[in-house]
Amino acid sequence: MLTHLIHEEVQTRLDSLDLDFNAYGHDPVGISREHLGVFYSMLGFFYKQYFKVTPVGLENIPPTGRAMLIGNHSGSLPADGGMVMASLFFDLNPPRYIHGMVEKFAQTIPFLSSWFSRIGQFTGLPEHAIRMLKDERLLMAFPEGVRGIGKLYKDKYKLVRFGTGFMRIALKTQTPIVPFAYVGGEEAFPAMFHAKSLAKLVGVPYWPVPPYLLPVPLPIRCRIHYGEPILFEGDGTESDLVIEGYVKEVRSRIAELIVDGRQALGEKT
Amino acid sequence: MKVVVTGASGALARQVVHLLVNDGHDVLGLDRRPWPDCPARVQMFRVDMRKRPAEDVFRTYKPDALIHMATVTYVSAGSEERYRINLGGTRAVWDYCENYGVKHAIFVGRHTVYGAAADAPLYRNEDEPLMAGSTFPNLADLVAADLYAGNSIWRRPSVETAVLRLAYSLGPSKRGTLANYLRGPKVPTVMGFDPLFHFMHEADAAMAIFTSLKNKLRGVFNVSGPPPVPLALLCRIAGCRSIPVPEPLFPAILGRFGFSRLPKGSLNHIKYPVVIDNQRFVDATGFEASFDEIQTLRAYRWP
Repeated sequence: MLTHLIHEEVQTRLDSLDLDFNAYGHDPVGISREHLGVFYSMLGFFYKQYFKVTPVGLENIPPTGRAMLIGNHSGSLPADGGMVMASLFFDLNPPRYIHGMVEKFAQTIPFLSSWFSRIGQFTGLPEHAIRMLKDERLLMAFPEGVRGIGKLYKDKYKLVRFGTGFMRIALKTQTPIVPFAYVGGEEAFPAMFHAKSLAKLVGVPYWPVPPYLLPVPLPIRCRIHYGEPILFEGDGTESDLVIEGYVKEVRSRIAELIVDGRQALGEKT
Repeated sequence: MKVVVTGASGALARQVVHLLVNDGHDVLGLDRRPWPDCPARVQMFRVDMRKRPAEDVFRTYKPDALIHMATVTYVSAGSEERYRINLGGTRAVWDYCENYGVKHAIFVGRHTVYGAAADAPLYRNEDEPLMAGSTFPNLADLVAADLYAGNSIWRRPSVETAVLRLAYSLGPSKRGTLANYLRGPKVPTVMGFDPLFHFMHEADAAMAIFTSLKNKLRGVFNVSGPPPVPLALLCRIAGCRSIPVPEPLFPAILGRFGFSRLPKGSLNHIKYPVVIDNQRFVDATGFEASFDEIQTLRAYRWP
């Protein structure tokens, strides 16, 4: 039904994606090949033409097996997650699929709920993360959470507090963590202030307002810098102190990658 | 082995009985409904589980094992009757098992006891709480029966008890909860929602129950076959006419315009998925389904 919306390149790359589709194009967790094709076709436009994203360090993504990609939220619109998905699809050979985690309220919204399910973006529950990782899939998480997308332009690229849940899951499942930095998003959508009443009315945590008032990102070049995988030792039952130390290590690595990315952007802009 | 099968006249139970007979067991079938052409090695007793004639069967024949399938699944039955049959009946037969030396008892339950909710994990394992009592109150009696049978694992140590939580079964018999929902002529779905549905071929479901007895399982086990399928695709392959209806209009259209009547509270179960993880069962029995999801739906296909 939606097949005509899928680009030729996307069709070809879908064939070599690491998902096990049945005869009707659905995988065991409900991902639909057709929906994914439409989604990647849309992402492809933003990835290649609109944000002209440059990925660096893709060799750090394991070609098979589980891994957690942990990064910063860049900009008040969550385009960063989509661009990470796109980079692993369009620039990794063979391409790999990566699961994201979405807010619980998304599952209650008609159409959005079914679309998220068909493209494999599940509610952010530890049970989901553990299942995907044990199934040798890739998982993407932003430990800054909603706090990360609530940053104003004046605080750009300042990492806020990291949640620690991802680290316990990584240890429990013995999963390597690939830190990454997404840069350019803050400039693409510079939030000057939050319209709190509007956010409350719509039921979202923030309604960022850029200087040009429209809730549309600017077509500014972005970069994703992937760092080397880090495998921490443990089983997830460690004390908070130990876990926080590990999280700090990941956070510092992401901060370094942000600096690298911003320097690279500065050289080119 | 002498095996009592309660609810033996049901579509799925008949298949279990055939497997038992073919394997050389003697079957004592208990049901209020008749089964006129049952196999020769099956003795049918038309009894109510909670009444003395049912107990007499246990007292007289001293069976070795029980497969309890006498639970009402159709939600049109009144709440009181459902509690009487599902919870009262379960309690009665486990009493008989303990009193008359039945060594092994299997409770055949449903995976829907986990309940469907937006914030629930996609795959449920056996440790997940049973939420159907709050998400779909009509299932509260099945939840109670499941928990009662589960408690018997430690309350009645002389009876080795296994609780099976089976995914929906579908197949040529065209009977069962999911089959009733799909029967139509129009299948109402909630516009904007397309949950995964977990089902297995009825022959696989029967084989899984039979395998549980062969392996003398003890504990709680989720039982499923192939991976789940989104409802829209399920309807398409099964040849059903699904009509997406905006949620606020549901009360107005159910039971009218060719839509089947669905009980109040069932909406969550067609909005959100109930999918189970059967790894524990596979590890314990080595069970492997013979029919994949496509073959199962084609076997069910309407007309």
